[in-house]
Amino acid sequence: MPKFDYAPAPESRSIVTIKPTYGLFIDGTFTRAKGLFPTINPADETTLAEVSQAGPKDVDKAVDAARRAYEGVWGRMSGAERGKYLFRIARLLQERAREFAVLETLDNGKPIKETRDVDVPVAAAHFFYHAGWADKLEYAGLAPAGGDVPRPHGVVAQVIPWNFPLLMLAWKVAPALATGNTVVLKPAETTPLTALLFAEVCQQADLPPGVVNILTGDGRTGQALVEHPGVDKIAFTGSTEVGRAIARAIAGTTKKATLELGGKAANIIFDDAAIDQAVEGIVNGIFFNQGQVCCAGSRLLVQEPIHDEVVSRLQRRLATLRVGDPMDKNTDLGAINSRAQLDRISTLVDAGIAEGATAWAPECTFPGTGFWFPPTVLTGVAQTHRVATEEIFGPVLSVLTFRTPQEAVAKANNTPYGLSAGVWTEKGSRILWMADQLRAGVVWANTFNRFDPTSPFGGYKESGYGREGGRHGLEAYVTHTTTGAAR
Amino acid sequence: MSRLTNHAIGAWLHGLSGVDQVGCESRAAALGTRSIKTASKAWAIDTAIGMIDLTTLEGSDTPGKVRSLCAKALVPDPLDPSTPRPAAVCVYGDRVGIAREALGDSGIHVAAVATAFPSGRASLPVKLADTRDAVAAGADEIDMVIDRGAFLAGDYATVFNQIAEVKAACRRDEGPDAHLKVILETGELVTYDNVRRASYLAMLAGGDFIKTSTGKISPAATLPVTLIMLEAVRDWRELTGTQVGVKPAGGIRTSKDAIKYLVMVNEVAGEDWLSPEWFRFGASSLLNDLLLQRQKLTTGAYSGSAYVTID
Repeated sequence: MPKFDYAPAPESRSIVTIKPTYGLFIDGTFTRAKGLFPTINPADETTLAEVSQAGPKDVDKAVDAARRAYEGVWGRMSGAERGKYLFRIARLLQERAREFAVLETLDNGKPIKETRDVDVPVAAAHFFYHAGWADKLEYAGLAPAGGDVPRPHGVVAQVIPWNFPLLMLAWKVAPALATGNTVVLKPAETTPLTALLFAEVCQQADLPPGVVNILTGDGRTGQALVEHPGVDKIAFTGSTEVGRAIARAIAGTTKKATLELGGKAANIIFDDAAIDQAVEGIVNGIFFNQGQVCCAGSRLLVQEPIHDEVVSRLQRRLATLRVGDPMDKNTDLGAINSRAQLDRISTLVDAGIAEGATAWAPECTFPGTGFWFPPTVLTGVAQTHRVATEEIFGPVLSVLTFRTPQEAVAKANNTPYGLSAGVWTEKGSRILWMADQLRAGVVWANTFNRFDPTSPFGGYKESGYGREGGRHGLEAYVTHTTTGAAR
Repeated sequence: MSRLTNHAIGAWLHGLSGVDQVGCESRAAALGTRSIKTASKAWAIDTAIGMIDLTTLEGSDTPGKVRSLCAKALVPDPLDPSTPRPAAVCVYGDRVGIAREALGDSGIHVAAVATAFPSGRASLPVKLADTRDAVAAGADEIDMVIDRGAFLAGDYATVFNQIAEVKAACRRDEGPDAHLKVILETGELVTYDNVRRASYLAMLAGGDFIKTSTGKISPAATLPVTLIMLEAVRDWRELTGTQVGVKPAGGIRTSKDAIKYLVMVNEVAGEDWLSPEWFRFGASSLLNDLLLQRQKLTTGAYSGSAYVTID
């Protein structure tokens, strides 16, 4: 029995009303629920609600509604007016923050601490940020200077993953609306509820019907949506495998696409790093959101002289992580999102052990139901092991060593991915050199997993193309017409 | 005098791992979001009360004021005799005798600030005389200040030697030696790197406790500074086998704050430090807020400041 045993501090779920069934959100209204499938709470495997599987006809209706809204209202609305709607949505997200946080935690399994302090506030921040851009697009350098006006593409199909359901929605919807596009969005099969609550927010904000449409369903819905001829642009976040299929499907069409795919980020610790903060950065890098983060610092590259010290400090720190009920305000590590994902994590960790890695995890007691995996550290990992090359997407850290900065760069870049990287050193010049050498879309220096709407995010190589956030993120949502006029 | 040269001490201190300010502050803030409820809150409140060095350090401290503070320490809450007592009463050296007499054999320690507190700007013989005076008057604990001027000038050997000499002055021929708390005055050291170096220097020189502040300089105790010091004592025990205590002092006024510190002790240094032997709060107004919260937990209703006694 610990001396200071924290009593349960559960967040109340009474703030959120979950309906037994949900229809699709098309043209400003919810359709009648049909073709229902359950969405469950991964922490206890109970069914939270049943949502509708959108079929090809629903996709037609949603794309048509988006087209009408684009041509009739949204595409011709002034930026200042669009901005007002975005500001309104942002404020509503803040006002209903606790509701969104609770619902996200129930549907996804991530700790309430994270939905409360990260997912929801950062989602609101994305709407605020892009609301500000809506009437300033002409000055964003998106089109050649001299009278050229950036123009929206039209109807955008957006398919988002289950790891940050509301936040990924915000990353996609906010820039699309700010630039004058209309949206058909498909949330992930296992985490549709916050997107459906967001649909309510769109109604509450009096957003014109059809500007945002939300279709729930599995991969078939996503496929029908991206292949729909009425779609002008696709924005996808998810696996590299599905990203490839999308790229194939749209080849030869006029559709534009941005893809934000997998990652296998190196978190590089030099022997002069501020060690206590580096350990925190490792923990945040791989155990934030149960490691189900595309930019997670899943490969720890530690300079050989401090390997043992870093590992032992990390183990001591992990023993203090609080694992379990995601609704408890003191929980640091919650549930894995689905059984399928849990199986994938287990398979890869078993493969790592079979290939010679040593697995370590602190003692954890889990509830009898739900999907759980302990925070795991794999030491003795070599560059050839599957756990060093394949994305695990779970709370599993692979530890490798390096000798020189050059070797660190070579190992970090030795992957088909290139989404993010972390560098820990007290030497400023080395940070700049490393950032220059690393083939990754985001390089964090003495920090990890920091997200800000002003900062572009995206990958190299198989981590995808295009950027989201910042001025660069707007580029994907506009084209431009050059107008020549006699003076 | 130590045979360690200033060069050797300086090289060692500057070889310690640096502290990243942003990371340190965000870790401290994250620990501050722990939600401590019901039974664990009750435990934390009683533990915090037992860790207080109830303090008065004013030029206007009269014998009456000191006796009154001691009476408060002996009976913190007249309405509830089960209330724990604070660990010590902390006074200026010339008030030790009065406190000693008032506290008798209650087990509450008498702590005395010494070494030209709070500035520390006096010669070593004066500082030693100040210390011996308090020890002779019956102080169980000596809260000394380091020479920040010497530290910031890079004259680490002077700081080290002064601590070592004061530690020697805490010895008693009969009875237990006075425990030495070393005040770093982190508000004057400013950087977290300096806080870490000063912590190690104080531990190397034999300090039994490292303490953040005099309470006379702002900022006094903060969560990030205490985090650095807790990491230092944790790592020092791993390095040497010797356990050193930590005392944040000044600016901790509410139960909520105190609980944040206890969470930090628990999760950073570990539960071995969760006792008055190894962790103290230097505070005066904190006690009454803890008592109010304690009454709230016991009775289910807030009482108000009229229901706790001023000292």
